Parts: sequence; C-alpha cells; structure tokens
Amino acid sequence: MTLRVNDLKVYYQTLRGDVHALDGVTFDLADGEIMGLAGESGCGKTTLGKSLIRLDSRMRHIGGTIELDGKDVPIADEKAMVPLRYHEISLIPQYAMSALNPTRKIGRMINDLLRARGVRPADIADELKRRLELVGLDTDVLDRFPIELSGGMKQRVVMVMSTLLNPSLLIADEVTSALDVSTQRAVAESLVEFRDREYIKSMVFVTHDISLVYQMADTIMVMYAGHIVEKASASTIVNAPRHPYTQMLISALPEVGSTTEQGRLEGIPGTPPGLLNPPTGCRFKDRCPLAFAKCAERPPLVEIEPGHWAACWKTG
Amino acid sequence: MSEIAGAPGTADAAGGPEPTTERKTSEVLHFAVRNPKLLIGLGIVLSLLLLGIIGPLFIEHGPNEYVGPKSQPPSGEYWLGTTSFGQDIWAQFVFGLRATFLIGVFGGGVAFVIGTTVGFVAGYKGGIVDEILNMLTNVVLVLPALVVLIVITAYLEVRGVFIQGVFIGLTSWPWAARAVRSQALSLSTRDYVDLARLSGRRTWRIITTEIAPNMSSYLVMSFILLFGGSILIAAGLDFIGLGPTNGVSLGLMLESAMKWSSLYLGMWWWFIPPGLGITAIVGSLYILNVGLDEVFNPKLREL
Amino acid sequence: MWRYIGRKLFVYLLTFVIAVTINWMIPRFMPGDPVRSMLSRASVGNPEALQRMNEYYTGVFGLDTPLHEQYLSFWANLFRGDLGVSVMLYPQPVLDIILRAVPFTLGLLLPSIILSWIVGNRIGAFAARKKLLDNTILPVGYILTAMPYMWLALLLAWSLGIVAGVLPTAGGYSPSLRVEFSWLFISSLLTHWVLPFLSMFVVALGGWAIGMRNMIIYELEADYSNYLQALGAPTRLIRRYAFRNAMLPQITGLAVQLGTVLSGALLTEIVFNYPGLGTLILQALNNRDFFVLQGTFLFVVVGVLIANFIIDIVYVLVDPRTRVQMTGGAA
Repeated sequence: MTLRVNDLKVYYQTLRGDVHALDGVTFDLADGEIMGLAGESGCGKTTLGKSLIRLDSRMRHIGGTIELDGKDVPIADEKAMVPLRYHEISLIPQYAMSALNPTRKIGRMINDLLRARGVRPADIADELKRRLELVGLDTDVLDRFPIELSGGMKQRVVMVMSTLLNPSLLIADEVTSALDVSTQRAVAESLVEFRDREYIKSMVFVTHDISLVYQMADTIMVMYAGHIVEKASASTIVNAPRHPYTQMLISALPEVGSTTEQGRLEGIPGTPPGLLNPPTGCRFKDRCPLAFAKCAERPPLVEIEPGHWAACWKTG
Repeated sequence: MSEIAGAPGTADAAGGPEPTTERKTSEVLHFAVRNPKLLIGLGIVLSLLLLGIIGPLFIEHGPNEYVGPKSQPPSGEYWLGTTSFGQDIWAQFVFGLRATFLIGVFGGGVAFVIGTTVGFVAGYKGGIVDEILNMLTNVVLVLPALVVLIVITAYLEVRGVFIQGVFIGLTSWPWAARAVRSQALSLSTRDYVDLARLSGRRTWRIITTEIAPNMSSYLVMSFILLFGGSILIAAGLDFIGLGPTNGVSLGLMLESAMKWSSLYLGMWWWFIPPGLGITAIVGSLYILNVGLDEVFNPKLREL
Repeated sequence: MWRYIGRKLFVYLLTFVIAVTINWMIPRFMPGDPVRSMLSRASVGNPEALQRMNEYYTGVFGLDTPLHEQYLSFWANLFRGDLGVSVMLYPQPVLDIILRAVPFTLGLLLPSIILSWIVGNRIGAFAARKKLLDNTILPVGYILTAMPYMWLALLLAWSLGIVAGVLPTAGGYSPSLRVEFSWLFISSLLTHWVLPFLSMFVVALGGWAIGMRNMIIYELEADYSNYLQALGAPTRLIRRYAFRNAMLPQITGLAVQLGTVLSGALLTEIVFNYPGLGTLILQALNNRDFFVLQGTFLFVVVGVLIANFIIDIVYVLVDPRTRVQMTGGAA
C-alpha cells in the first residue's frame, strides 16, 4: 500500500470561520495505482491534492493521518515535510504553464532545483535527457527560456521535472484543463507510461473531467462537499455507480468527451451546501432523491463489494 | 485557473453562493477598522486637515504680517517662534497647511480627471485611439514635470494656487493614465461589459456605470497618490520662488527660510515645521494608501 | 524587438520636438510681452551693452518676420548649438554657462541614483516577508519618499554642516581655491559633494526599497515560487529567483523615477548653493534671464531622453525574454 489516508481533516481559516474543505477523508492508494479524483469545484479535491504535499498559509491540519510507504507524513510540520517533497511526493501543478522561472534557462532551473535538493545534476543528466525524449521533447529545450516553448511543451517539461527523482506519489492537479483535447490525451498517456516505467509508484489525478480520467485511471474517487462519496475501479464508477450522487454525476455527462465544466451540473437540482457551517449527516441529502430519515446521520464509507467503497445508507 | 485554494474566491465558493455587495462592504469595513496603517495614516491626515481648516480661524492677523519681535525661538506666545521679520511662524504654518491641501486637491484633481479619462478611453476603445493616447502619455511621462513647470510658470506675472494646481495637474497625470488603462483593458473584456456593449449603450455610460465602479478602490488609491505628488511638486515650485504671488504655503515658508539664511542664523524653527508638515501629510497619505491596498486586496490581507 | 526600440526612439524624438516647440512658443505667446519686460529689467549696468542686447534680441526673435520663419530659424540655431546669449552674464553664450554647470549636476545625480538604486533594492529585498523588518522599513521608506528633497537637504546641512560643523554646506568647492588638478582642490570638491549627495541618496533610497519590497512579494507569490516550494526547494533559492526577477521592473522604474530624482537634484543644489543646473535655474529666475532658463530646460530634456533610451537598451539586454526575442529565438 503506497498511501493510506485516515480521517483527514483540513480546514481553511477565513474571516467568517473555518471552511471544512476536507472533513474526514479516508482512503488507500495501492502500489502502481492511478486514482482519478473527481467532483464539482469546491468539493475539496484540490484541497486534498494540496494537503498531500504542502498546505498553504490558510490551511490548517485539524486531524487525521497520512502514511506513505508505511511512514507517517507530517503534513502540519512544514520542516519535517521538506525531505519528503520531490523525493517521495511530487506535484504537477494546475499552473504548469507558468511554473517555470521566466528568466532562467530551463536546464539551469532544473539543475538549481536538483542541487538544492541534494542531487548532483551530472548524475541525473542522462536520465533527464532520456525522459525529455520520451515525452517527445528535444533535449535542447534545456538551453531555452520558458518563453520560447509552447504551453504543451512547458507542461511536458514540468512533468519530467516533477518526476525526475522517481517519487512514490505524484499529485497531478487539473493538469489537462488548460490544454486542447489532443494534447490532453498525450499528457495523460505519458503519465500512464511514467507509471508503467516505474518513474512514479502511484498517482492522484485531480480532475473535473471524468471521461478523461476514465480512460487512464485505475480507480476513481468521487468527492462531494468535503466528503468521499464513492471509490471504485474506473469502469465501475462510470458503468455501475452505486452512490446516488455518482449516479447523477455520471448521467449528467451527455456523452464521453464532455466535462463537468466548472462544476455546473445541469442534471442535479440545487447547489452543494456551504462548507462554512456544513450540515450534519449526509451532505448530499438535500439534493438526493432517495433521502430518508437516517440521512441525518453521516453514512460511513464502507466496502460494499471488494474494491468498491460507498458512503450512503441506501447502498450499505 | 480560478481554483487556487486559499484565495478567498475558493473559500467563498466552498461557502455557498455569495458574495453579495453587502457582505463585501462589511468585510472591507472589518479589515479597515483593523488595519493600523490605514488608521494611523488617516488619523494624521485628518488631524492636519482639521488644523488647516480650523487653525486659521483662531488667528487674528494675516500670516505674513509683522506682528512680533524678530527671530524669536518658539515660546508660549509664538508657538513656533517668529521669522527674521517678526512674522508668526505658527500662523504661517496653519495657513500653509490649508494651502497645501488645496494644491493637493487642485493638482491631484486635475491630474486625476485627465489621467483617468485618458486611461479609460484608451483601455476601453483600444486600436488607433489607444495608440495615440499611449503616445501622448509616453511623451508627457518622459518630460521632467518640475522643469517644465518652472519654464511655464516663470513667464506668469501673477501666480495663484488655482493656476499652479492646473499646471501641476497637466504635467503629472501620465502614470495614472497608464495604470487605469491597464485595469480598464482587463475589465473591458469581461462578460458584463460585452453585454452592455451589445445592448447598444454609449461608451461613456459603459465606462461610468460598468467599468469605473469595478475599480473604484483602485481609483481612490490613484487619486491619493496624485494628491501627494502634487503637494511635493508644488513645494518644489514654491521653494524655487515660483509659488503663488503674495500667498502662503509650506513650500513658500521653506523658500523664505532659505532665502533669509535661517540655516546660518540657526533658526531651525523656521525651516523645520513646514518640511515636517509636508512630510507628515504626504507620508501619511502613502501609508494610508498601503493600508487601503491591504484592505481592498484580499491577497495582501493577513489573518 | 528592433521595432520596440524604433517605437521608443520615435516617442523620444516626438518628445524632443514637442519640448522645443513649447520652448519656442512660451516667450512668444505668453501674455505681457515677457521679452520686453525681461530686457527692461535686465541687470546690465552698461547702457551700451543694453543697446547691443536689444538689437540682438530683436534679431533673434525676428519679431517682424512671419511666425513659421521664426520657428524654422529657431530650429536652425538649435542645431548650430546656439541657445542664445545670457542676460545676467552678458555676453556669454548660454551653452557655455550650461556646460559649466552640467558636470556638477551629473556628479551629484549619477552616483546618488545608482547607489540609492542598488542599496534600496537590497534593503527592500531584505525587508520583504520578514514581518518585523517589513513593519519598520516600510513606513520609514514611505516617509523618506514623502520628504521634500530640499527639506532633508536643509536638515542635513543644519545638523551635519552647521551644528556639528564637520562638512561644508555651500558651494561646489572652497571659494578660496582656483580650479585646478590638485589634491587640495579635489578634496575640497569631495567634501562639498558629500552633503548634497547624501541628502539625495537618502530620499531616493526609500522609493527603491518600497518598490523592491512590493515586487519581491509579488514574485514570491508567483506560480514558479509556489511550484519550487511544493518541491521542497529552500527559501534561499526561491528568494534568489524572486530577487533577480524583481530587478527587471526596477530597471524600468529607474526610467520612470528619473524626472523626480532630477527635480530633487535641482532643489538640493539650491539648498547647498551647489554650482549645478539647479542653482543656475534659480539665478536665471532671479535675474529673469529667460535664455538661460530655456536653454537649461532643453538641455535637461535632452539629458532625460538620452538616459531613458540607455535604460531601454539596458533592459532589453538584461531581460532574457526580450533578449531571446531580439536574437530571433524560436518563440
């Protein structure tokens, strides 16, 4: 088991109180598993992705644990996290297009980073070139400034850079949302290839694009309003979802290739609850056609069949 | 792109459908009353303004009248002492404060009107209009304002605060135009502006009803900077001897202090108050502006 | 990229033409016939000289020729380097008088601009994101920029010059010395330079420190900084990147601030009676010597334009983004 997250709670501190962005999240990620993390915007998926590598200044770790390869990941301890970052846990950010220092040649930036993380650039230079070629880049991009590269090229540079030290866990945060459809495909395929070549052991792929994640991920986890509602193999989620929210989410997709743009689901009436003072019990109950009295209690995430978890009183 | 967790936008999205204007206003107020920079800056500016408005009412003689003994250091009777000619420096100071605020309003006001108009029109219209206005802005920007003002005002036989303000305004608007232009440019591509344009509203109406209100905090801050800048330029002109004829201002006080060798006579009470007054007004305006920026710009807020 | 430089050059050329035109127009279109009033008040004792001046100025202003001819001959004189003849120092050419003052102004201006820029950037970078320092340096910086140049000059002259008596407060060198290349003269030059330099340096410092602080905070929030942080890069590396990137807009800032700093130099010179352009302007005003005044104006404008152009070129060379585009990169 690569990653084991247990009852993780991370809140945003705001003026009006805590926003319960992650409110008790429990899941495992197996070796070699690529997990798609889906849900409407504001459901906590990006917060979860960030929590695994670096909390920003407004995020507070309230409770719960994370274990990576059997070792504790002390997310609240900024200092203790540093050795894990890049070496064990790495990130392809949402903003990959602008993740490179605009005034530094790409090769120099990579070397600066490697040296700062205690790796001799010379030891890894050949591997770097091999991987650049693998994603279809000429090795002379290393002598270029970011402004000389197209968006897709920058994205691929960041992909290679982020995974250069063979991390156990890679978090890919909405990496495809800024790309056109054919580039999206190529990026997704490269990421799968990275896993197959064991550059990365496992991956959390945060996205709002279920059809894309269906093609590349082994499993899909669906979140709603800071809770996990369902996790299962990609085909199960898409073809035989059990949680009413997942069912509506999937049926709201007109056809493969479309996305849940900006989290606007025409098919589901109502809006997600505010997370400032979230309702008790099941958070979907106000929009759920199947809701009944018991939904006032929070349904636990239970394994309803091997490898298939759902949090709903009706499925248990 | 908008999903930068931690930015208030995300927190709001997670917190349900908001934010209403009312909520925004109360939030701004919440930060405003807790921002020391804003409070201190505003406090100093307002007290000096009050002093400039009320102070002269308690002074029976004109600021330039020769009322007392010559070259007296500060005393109970003459709080800030007297000049070599026996003028009351306190009286000059409070009248000077008034004039300084006036020149800030005139100069800053004219510059603000020109700068924002040029900026809005250039940013909103784009194309050839933008090109021409941009060129004009750049030309005025590279001309050193004080030197231009010296040459122009040197030829004026009679100079008043109002004329001085107009000329200062005419030379100090370019950076504001640039700043407003870039803001207007980004706003003019928003949906609601497109909608207004499609519905056939007049350019001027769109600018005043759709674009300007959405950058009001930015405009306030620009005006404050222009206000402070005008005061400094006016002080420079006054100091060279191109201030209002027979007027009184903090800059003119510095000029006469310099001209009549207060430095060598050791009359520190003559040249310290006017400079201190200018520095206090402009400095607190700047600090007030930083405070405003922190209040209006969520990214700069500290929790 | 050559297009960029071409555009800049065009703007500067246009500015120059406009400045010259303003210069030509002012004495001709201002109410009250300033030329006559100048001549009538001219402090020239010798009536014969006055007579010659009258003839000269009537010739220069060509008051009986059509306006466009006056305008063209104005330009022609300009290109011959003829800025007219001074009234207060008749019959010295204005150009000579200005050229005598320029070295003093430049000697004050260049070191104070460059040093305040370098030191201010360092201080600003140091202050950014260190709460305690930020809360002290930021207000101090704003108060410094809010100070009228001449006031700080007065304060320094009074405290260091008059009260402490360690440095001279007036003139460019000791009046008892002849201008020569001797140790005595140079040391006198230097001691007279210290206070005006210092007061300009200090006022300008605040602005640069604030600018740098704001730019660095912006850069530290940029995506590349976040990315490096997420990958565990040490603060040292991130700050180094931020500093380098924040320097670039500060170079542009140098061009923007030029006018302000120059005004500051003129005002500071007046306080110290430093024999540069500022003091010259004051003398010209007091003697109503409009030829010197206008010549100085043109000279200053040309100087500012040249400086702006130099800064543009430096920027293009220093910023890899523009440099790459200029050498025809792949983008």
